[in-house]
Amino acid sequence: MSTTVVTDASFATDVLANTKPVIVDFWAEWCGPCRMVAPILEEIAQEFGDKIVVAKLNVDENPVTATNYGITSIPTLNVYSGGEVVKTIIGAKPKAALLAELSSYLG
Amino acid sequence: MSDSDIRDVIIIGSGPAGYTAAIYTARAQMNPVLLEGAVTAGGALMNTTEVENFPGFAEGIMGPALMEQMRAQADRFGTTIVTDDAVEIQLDGPVKYVRDGSGREYRARSVILAMGSGYRELGLDNEKRLSGHGVSWCATCDGFFFRDADIAVVGGGDSALEEATFLTRFARSVTLIHRRDELRASKIMQQRALDDPKINFAWNSEVADLLGDTKLSGVVLRDTVTGHLRELPITGLFIAIGHDPRSELIKGQVSLDDEGYVLVDAPSTRTNIPGVFACGDLVDHTYRQAITAAGTGCSAALDAERFIAAAH
Repeated sequence: MSTTVVTDASFATDVLANTKPVIVDFWAEWCGPCRMVAPILEEIAQEFGDKIVVAKLNVDENPVTATNYGITSIPTLNVYSGGEVVKTIIGAKPKAALLAELSSYLG
Repeated sequence: MSDSDIRDVIIIGSGPAGYTAAIYTARAQMNPVLLEGAVTAGGALMNTTEVENFPGFAEGIMGPALMEQMRAQADRFGTTIVTDDAVEIQLDGPVKYVRDGSGREYRARSVILAMGSGYRELGLDNEKRLSGHGVSWCATCDGFFFRDADIAVVGGGDSALEEATFLTRFARSVTLIHRRDELRASKIMQQRALDDPKINFAWNSEVADLLGDTKLSGVVLRDTVTGHLRELPITGLFIAIGHDPRSELIKGQVSLDDEGYVLVDAPSTRTNIPGVFACGDLVDHTYRQAITAAGTGCSAALDAERFIAAAH
């Protein structure tokens, strides 16, 4: 599976009501570190697509969701399970570090 | 996984220094491998906006675009670019060894160190806790979230002033917190900030503490002359107080100065270890410009080329 795009409009359905855990990447075009982490998330989506959904939310185009979750720094990765934030990872990190932090949702 | 070939050169780091070293060594048929970093590829300029002082770009160029161009140029001449970090470096002996974050191994007769520097932290207890909740090191990434907010930048150099000026696009007010009563930034950056009605200055001030439960609500400033403490209510704090060289992996092998910068036999880029060269911000605590980093990256490539030629 590749990453899915979510918006303010689709967030409740695609993320909060999802039966799988969802990693949401809050990102923007003008954020250098976001660009660095993007290909890593694509790989994680490919490799662990049966366990989790990797979703991308553009904060420029979807300010409501970013504000609701108090995002003030990007990239921020929030993991949602059962409609709740269960994990927050702030800042770009190498793949190995991300996999370690996400291990309980990828197993 | 192992790369059993012994190459001529491994380049570690990918700012202007690393990419320039790659362009030169690739053109010299040295078959370089460049470890550009897992999430830091492109280096410090990836978090900047307009670069106005890199010669050849009369109208200026965006920092990330400049780095993409340098990377493409290194790639065009056949550099093997690996988007990963070096996690182990062994520099002694005639064949140097480097292992990356994915366990791949590289061997070469010479190494060019260009790891640059990482941003410096204030070192306060609440700083880490509030990082990403109002505390930031990247104005271009996070400024957007502080629309109509009162925020502050700590620092007095070009980076601090560039960030302060950039942040006025979003913020209602930007307070520049600086521990002295004058700035060390370039005159043009100073003038731009001093003329900006949205920028206030907290002179002779240092951040003593950060306030806020789940997100930043203010900072405590200490007057560096009188010791007097006062609170500044802000929801965003951007830290731009300088950088420290990223020399942890080579400490104990290569000679470093007291601050951790690699010592080189200037004007060459030779370190104390034969076949090991260093360039860019990893070496330089004086100039620290994209163009000087590119310049020493070129010198390191030529030094490595001569070293390899002499060994044959």
